[in-house]
Amino acid sequence: MSFTDVLLLMFGAVLVENFIFSKFYGCCPFLGVSEKPATALGMGMAVTFVMTISSAATWAVYYLILEPLGLQYLKTIAFILIIAALVQLIEMFLRRFVPALYAALGIYLPLITTNCAVLGAALVNIQKGYGFGASVAYGFAAALGFTLAIVIFAGVRVRLQFADPPRAFRGFPLTLIAAGLLAMAFSGFAGIRF
Amino acid sequence: MELLMKILIPVGVFAALGLVLGVMLAIASRLFAVHVDERVPEVLECLPGANCGGCGYSGCAALAEAIVSGRAAPTACTVGGGACAKAIGEVMGIEVGEVVRMRAQVMCSGTAEFAQKKYVYAGAADCIAAANLGGGDKLCPNGCIGLGTCVSKCPFGAISVVDGVAVVNYRKCEGCGVCVAACPKQLIALIPYDSRHWVGCKSVDKGALVRSYCDVGCIGCQLCSKVCEADAIAVENFCASIDYARCTGCDKCVEKCPRKIIWSARKQGRGLVISREELENN
Repeated sequence: MSFTDVLLLMFGAVLVENFIFSKFYGCCPFLGVSEKPATALGMGMAVTFVMTISSAATWAVYYLILEPLGLQYLKTIAFILIIAALVQLIEMFLRRFVPALYAALGIYLPLITTNCAVLGAALVNIQKGYGFGASVAYGFAAALGFTLAIVIFAGVRVRLQFADPPRAFRGFPLTLIAAGLLAMAFSGFAGIRF
Repeated sequence: MELLMKILIPVGVFAALGLVLGVMLAIASRLFAVHVDERVPEVLECLPGANCGGCGYSGCAALAEAIVSGRAAPTACTVGGGACAKAIGEVMGIEVGEVVRMRAQVMCSGTAEFAQKKYVYAGAADCIAAANLGGGDKLCPNGCIGLGTCVSKCPFGAISVVDGVAVVNYRKCEGCGVCVAACPKQLIALIPYDSRHWVGCKSVDKGALVRSYCDVGCIGCQLCSKVCEADAIAVENFCASIDYARCTGCDKCVEKCPRKIIWSARKQGRGLVISREELENN
């Protein structure tokens, strides 16, 4: 896979196949942590951090342990295990050595342990048969797409707070409608094919 | 035999994987251990855990850390009040004085019936937005805008807007002070929880001007300060205010006030919320 291919892969992962708007991965943090742009950005950064590292780790576990032993069918459960342990490890590491980053990402890291977007990226990497470099690039770009989506959506929700909708739409219903409209806007990127 | 291996290999691999990861995490937790003052969780236990932010810190955990490191006083939590401050004092090993429980009070009586408007506001439902548009839709520059910025900020759901003026249900109010900071008109004040009286106006305009736009604004006539035997009422900038350290709760000012804006918690009506039941009925 050449450098251009990797770039195109990343562009596609951010916009065309956005994790939230076209694959519907990671909708839970997308709706849960998007009330303020600052916290949304924190969540996005934590996801980016974990997804990049977990893409590398799960790729290594799959091709170095599972495939030689013919245990490919157990990849989902193995990846969950790896991701959970990895997030714990990263959390402890940050707390000790990078307290500033821990303070910024700390509360979001445990949430990511069970985030389907992180597992989704690991599984897509295997499904599409990406090499190590492409896997890491894809994981990073997919997380960037997630960050883009959640930050844009947090901006929308800030505006929604000042809206005066009918009672039935207040709160979560309007949030879901806004998410749907945003997803429709992103579907415009689906026309870009390489 | 082949079938047995098909079962044993995955079990073995996953047991090994789990063991390796477990040992790795155990080592890491030792290696990356961070020394935490054990008083922090103890102080956190004492705090109410509402995470209201009334103390100025992002939450109870942040305040606990600040108290232990000495950046905040043990009495910093207004919500927890005396019992909480005392418990924290015991953990920290310091004497804590008496803490007066406070509650929020909106100092405006100008409901839609009494206060005149200068324009019809149709913008975003937010007091700060309205205050930026000529100081709000009321002619009174100090009146409650009534769009409920404090309502949305209150962590305890204690505030509601009745007839265009925010009202605090003090059965629910914990005195955290979040609304005091939120109000663009600085109309909300913390007063001692047990105090029955308050002046429902913060107008600093001259009496004649106040009369022209509000039927219930303080005109600074000083009748209340003259009738007060405890010398607890001062009139400054054409507006009365009560010194709660001196107020005896005698009700004389309530009867004397010609504008009927010195409120007594025993008095009901005019949309003033006294009890939770009344709030729910509205």
